[in-house]
Order: sequence, then structure tokens, then C-alpha cells
Amino acid sequence: MPKRTAYTAKIEHYQILDENGELDTRLAKNTLTDEDVVFLYEQMSISRHYDEIAFKLQRSGRMGTYPQNKGQEAGPAAAGLVMKQRGSVDWIAPCYRENLALFLNGLPMESILLHWMGDERGNKIPDGVNILPMAIPIGTHPLHAVGLGWSAKYKEEDRVGVAFFGDGATSEGDVHEAMNFAGALKLPCVFFCQNNKWAISVPSSTQTASETFAQKGLAYGHHCVQVDGNDIFACYKIFKEAIDRARMEHKPTFIEALTYRLGDHTTADDARRYRDQAEVDEWAKKDPLIRTRKYLENKGLWDDDRQAQIEAKAKEIVSRVVKNAEGIEKPKTSDFFDDMFAVLPDELVRQRETMRTSVLGQRPQTETLAGQPQHA
Amino acid sequence: MPTTLEHADLDAMIADLPSREGDRVIQLREAIREAMAHEMRQDKRVFLMGEEVAYYNGAYKVSEGMLDEFGPERIIDTPISENGFAGLAVGAAMYGLRPIIEFMSWSFSLVAADQILNNVPKMLYMSGGQWGCPVVFRGNDGPGGQLGSTHSWSVEALYSNVPGLKIAIPSNPYDAKGLMHTAIRDDDPVFYLESERILADKGHVPEEAYAIPFGRANRTREGEDCTLVSFGRPVHFCEQAADMLAEEGITCDVLDMRTVRPLDSEAIFDSLKKTNRIVVVDQSWPFGGVASEVISQVCEKAFDHLDHQPLRVNSDDVPTPYAKNLEQAFLPNADKIIAAVKKTLG
Ligand SMILES: Cc1ncc(C[n+]2csc(CCOP(=O)(O)OP(=O)(O)O)c2C)c(N)n1
Ligand SMILES: [Mg+2]
Repeated sequence: MPKRTAYTAKIEHYQILDENGELDTRLAKNTLTDEDVVFLYEQMSISRHYDEIAFKLQRSGRMGTYPQNKGQEAGPAAAGLVMKQRGSVDWIAPCYRENLALFLNGLPMESILLHWMGDERGNKIPDGVNILPMAIPIGTHPLHAVGLGWSAKYKEEDRVGVAFFGDGATSEGDVHEAMNFAGALKLPCVFFCQNNKWAISVPSSTQTASETFAQKGLAYGHHCVQVDGNDIFACYKIFKEAIDRARMEHKPTFIEALTYRLGDHTTADDARRYRDQAEVDEWAKKDPLIRTRKYLENKGLWDDDRQAQIEAKAKEIVSRVVKNAEGIEKPKTSDFFDDMFAVLPDELVRQRETMRTSVLGQRPQTETLAGQPQHA
Repeated sequence: MPTTLEHADLDAMIADLPSREGDRVIQLREAIREAMAHEMRQDKRVFLMGEEVAYYNGAYKVSEGMLDEFGPERIIDTPISENGFAGLAVGAAMYGLRPIIEFMSWSFSLVAADQILNNVPKMLYMSGGQWGCPVVFRGNDGPGGQLGSTHSWSVEALYSNVPGLKIAIPSNPYDAKGLMHTAIRDDDPVFYLESERILADKGHVPEEAYAIPFGRANRTREGEDCTLVSFGRPVHFCEQAADMLAEEGITCDVLDMRTVRPLDSEAIFDSLKKTNRIVVVDQSWPFGGVASEVISQVCEKAFDHLDHQPLRVNSDDVPTPYAKNLEQAFLPNADKIIAAVKKTLG
């Protein structure tokens, strides 16, 4: 046979809850219960408020930079719930736009504020919480998720390494090395790519010539699928299947969640300079909170009273979290040697002593947060 | 909160080391292997991963036979993806394992720069003391084998600039084993640099396990007139130079630093108090390297002991030449060291 087809593939797209709040009941089978949906809606509402307050903190000089999650809550919420229901045993390697996945699996809400206020202790993960520090170098952390998946297999533990990253990150070689490792070494890993259409000012069409981001995993032997990333049902179903595939078959899954960054890239950015308001308006209609609320209202599970209650609750929670984050005593200058090594070498002991005993070293903390560097 | 390892503890560790004298003569590569295999027998968390480490026994045969003993679960051949397995090791370390990662050559670690320089040494710091990275990265380092410019890096100059790392560079089989034990047991990341030209060097290596503390130099020649400071393969050039100078009645202390991070500056200052002259020999490039660091420290902290300005012998400030004669001319050697010592003596 001189010519044959060596390989064909297709990428399926899943949407279960559409933007009008209509559910595909067949596909929705064995996914979220009413209780789950209420829970996720509440969590997404709290996260939305957290974002707004973080934005205000930055604008008033109380925080360095902050990347809003606004519009992208559904994927991390649904994936987060899947992992929470498994007892939060899976390992999460995050970037910075999946707060809910972390909150639902044990990361205190003050941690992320503390981090963006410019305090290393914000990345200190409580014991027993299987989450890595946020990775700011784009695309470097999926490899850590691969290491976690590899270790789970090595230790014969029922855990999965999960990486969250953006569409832009898929252009980094590291992400491809991670995908290749996971496929070639047959590791329990899930790659969750939030395609929010933009990487700062670069549209996803400039990032790649692929028709989908999902298909990038095909070459590495992943199961690949695209979901409506603003649909908690589809994200839940696909993520749960991915976790099971990782556990049972040691086959990685690459999930592309189609979503949209409704806010600026970070507080250091002004997206009006490079994208049309019409596009934003179009996507605002597909907001995960709107459609989830419609669905709940249609089912008689939600009303204005409950909405008022959750808004009040969100305010209460977030203001307490802000108070906690801001209330932590500033680190002492001489502390900065402490976390250099497990055992501090003599030379650093000497440097620390100098810092503690010299006039310069004991300078009181007068720096204001407004003077902090801005991450891109 | 990290504890402080007192200098006194290191003295005790040094005092406890087995004798360097004996007739259990093996190659330096075998010494490294013995330490790795010993630690792997003791500790299931330790595994070895890299390109060609398993079926091929390692590009330089350091891991020979380890696949047979430990199996493919713990001696792991990887795709050609330095950044890949370096990053995997970070995740594995955070999950409580103790990876040993072999770079076929440290020259190839450059494609893993973000993982090894931007993640590994900063993880503990950036996580508020939460996540250390107890990974040993090891492999062949340094020129001399006519491998051409891109394959002949001495990464110690570049990498020692980064806080949060430990860098061990053994010059002989005895130290190679003891430093590897320490590297694997260390809770922090260690870069272990094997000068490829000396992997076949032989020497007595005790059978038992022993850990040589990091940050303690070893004096291999004793003298009065000049202090020679080096690490890795060029220690041998210093010893040759010292032996030749001794015939002329000029005696030198030769200090083998063994680790450049941490650096045993005290040993250098102590020797300098006696000799008042110093030559630092470093086979990486001169600009902003380990030799320049040693000399800065000497000028800052031991200036009063100097009778002559400190000198250094580095490789020349050009890419490593491919041609054999040029490569030899480029590297430090005994003649260059002798000339430098004589210069310090006026
Ligand atoms: C290695 C690296 N290169 C560049 C940057 C600067 N940078 C920060 S975020 C970003 C865009 C990332 O886009 P994407 O992966 O789509 O994630 P999103 O911000 O859209 O969630 C860039 C270029 C960085 N942090 N790290
Ligand atoms: Mg993006």
C-alpha cells in the first residue's frame, strides 16, 4: 500500500450549560447535583468580589499588582470541586488565574492577597495542602506537575499532578517538554489550559496557527478535549474524566477551556488600548456567573433574597481576609536570610548577624507598598 | 526555621572521616557511583534520572550497573529534554523524593536554565521557607576533551553567582565519594560538577559511606611561600606546579576548596597569614568568576596579610577552542601557575 492515512484525530468540544442557562440534560447526567451548583455559584460570587476588592486595594496603593480572574471562574471552580470531592489529594501547580481551584482545596484566601501585596509568606502553603506556590515565570510549572505525577506513580499513591496555565504559556518550550514527559512516561497528569483569548495584549491567533489549543496535546499522546470554559457542568465532567483517566490509565489529558479574560491582564495593564469593547461586551454575555444564576433561577433554586445573602456573605468574608492579610506583621529585614537554606551556611550566618547588629540592618520598615515593583 | 550548622560540627565531621590512605584503588567515576548506590540502598526516596543513564550506563559510565541493581523504576532514561527532567525533579522534590539528575554534560544544563537557576535555588525562599528542593544535579563539567566550544562549559563561574545553591567540585576519588554522600543527604539543591578529564583518575576510596562537609577545604600540599587555591581538575595543575617549585626551594600551600558554594574563605585567610601571597586557579573564564570572588574576599578581609597583589590563572577570555593545541593553550596549566607564583615572589 503506497499511501495510507497514518494518523487522524478529532477534537471534541463540550458545552452542557449554554449562555442562556439551558442545560443539556443528557450530557449533564452524573455531573453536578443541585447542591453542587449552588455551592459553585456561591464560590464564584465570592471570588468575583475578591477580585473587585483586590483591584481596589491595588488602586489605593495597598497591593503591588493583581491579575483578575473575572470571567474565568467556572473552570477553576469546577476542577477545584472535582479535586475537593476526592479529598484534595491531588497536587496542583498553578499559575495565577485559578484562585478558586486553590481556595476549594485548602489554600487560605489571605495567602493570595498576601503574595500580591509582596510577601513571600503568601506562598507558604499550609502543611497537608497539596498546592505549589504560584509560578510567575510563564509555563515553567507544568513540569512541576509532571514531577508530582511522576512521584505519585513512583510512590504508588492515588494522586494526580494538575497544571493550570494560559493559552500564551503553550508557546513556551517548557510546556511542551512537560506534555511530552507526561505522555512518554505515562504519568497521572492533567493539563488545564485556560484559553482566555489573550496573553497580555497578544491575541491567541498570534500565539499559534493551530485551530485549537487542545490539539497540541495530540502529538504527545494525550487525550485532548475542548470545553466551554464558562460552563461549570462541562468543565466538571471533562475534568473528572481526566482525573480518572490519569489515575486508572496513567494517561494525561489536555483540556482547553474556552473562556475570556473580562478584566485587564493585571492591574498594571489597560486592555482598552488593544482590544475592542464590542468583543468584551460579547463575552460579558457568556459570563459564567450569569448563566449559572439563570439556571438556578429556572430551577427555583435561587432568588433575589439568596442573591442578597451571598453578596453580603462575600463582603464579610473578603473584608475579613483583607484584614488578616494586611494585619500580618511585616517581615524583619534580617529574616531574609532565614529561608535561603535548610541549614544556614556560616557565611550567611555572618551576614545575618551583621544585618541584625548594624544600624542599616535595623532600619525600621518604612517602605510603602506603593513603591513595590510591578509584575508584568 | 533553619538551624545553623556550627563550624565546630564541621570540625567533628572532618575528624571522623576515614583515612585517605589505603589500597582500595578505584576510579573517580566508581567513587561517585558507590555513593549514589549506597544512598539508594538506604533510601527509597532517592532515584537517578537523565539521558542514557539506564541502558547505556551513562554517557561517561558513571551509572554503570545501576540499572541492573535498581531497575528501571529508579534508574530512569528520559527523553532528551534537560528542562523537562530538571523541572520534573523540582516537582518530585516537593513531593518528598530526593532526585539525582544527571546532565550528560553541564553544558546542556543551559537549556534548563529557568528550572535550575530560577526555580530550584529560589523555591525555599519564595515559599516562605516551605518547599526546599533537595535535588542533586550532576554531570560532566569543564573543557579539555576537545569537545568544542558549546560542549566545554565550566558552569561554576556562571552558576555560583546565584544564591540558594551549593556547588561541589571534587578533584579526586576520595572526595568525590564523600561529597556525593553529602550532596544526596543535603536538604538543599546541590550542583555536583564532575571534571570529565579526571573521571578515570584512580585513588584509594574507603568502602564505607562517609560524608565530607561542604564548605571545608582540603590542603593537599603544605608550604610557606604562596597559597594556591583551586577546585576540580586544576587542583592537579596546582599540585604539579607546587612540586616543581619545591625543587627550586619555593613551597606552596595548595588548597582544594571542594565546594565553591559554600566557600571556605577562612581556610584561605589562614593560609594567607602564613604565606602572604596568593594565586587562584580556576578553569572558568576570568570575568566575574570564582577566582575573582576569592580575590575580592581576600582584598576585603585579608588585605593586611598581602605582600603582593593577588593573582589568578583562569582560562582565557574566549570560547573554548576546538583545536587541541589551542584548547591546551587556553586552559590553566602548571607553567602558567609557576609563572604567577614567581611573580608574587617578585
Ligand atoms: C517566561 C516569561 N515570559 C514572559 C512573562 C511576562 N508575562 C506575564 S503574563 C504573560 C502572558 C501570559 O498569557 P497566558 O499564558 O495566556 O495567561 P493569561 O495571563 O492570559 O492568564 C506574559 C507574557 C513571564 N511572566 N514569564
Ligand atoms: Mg491567556
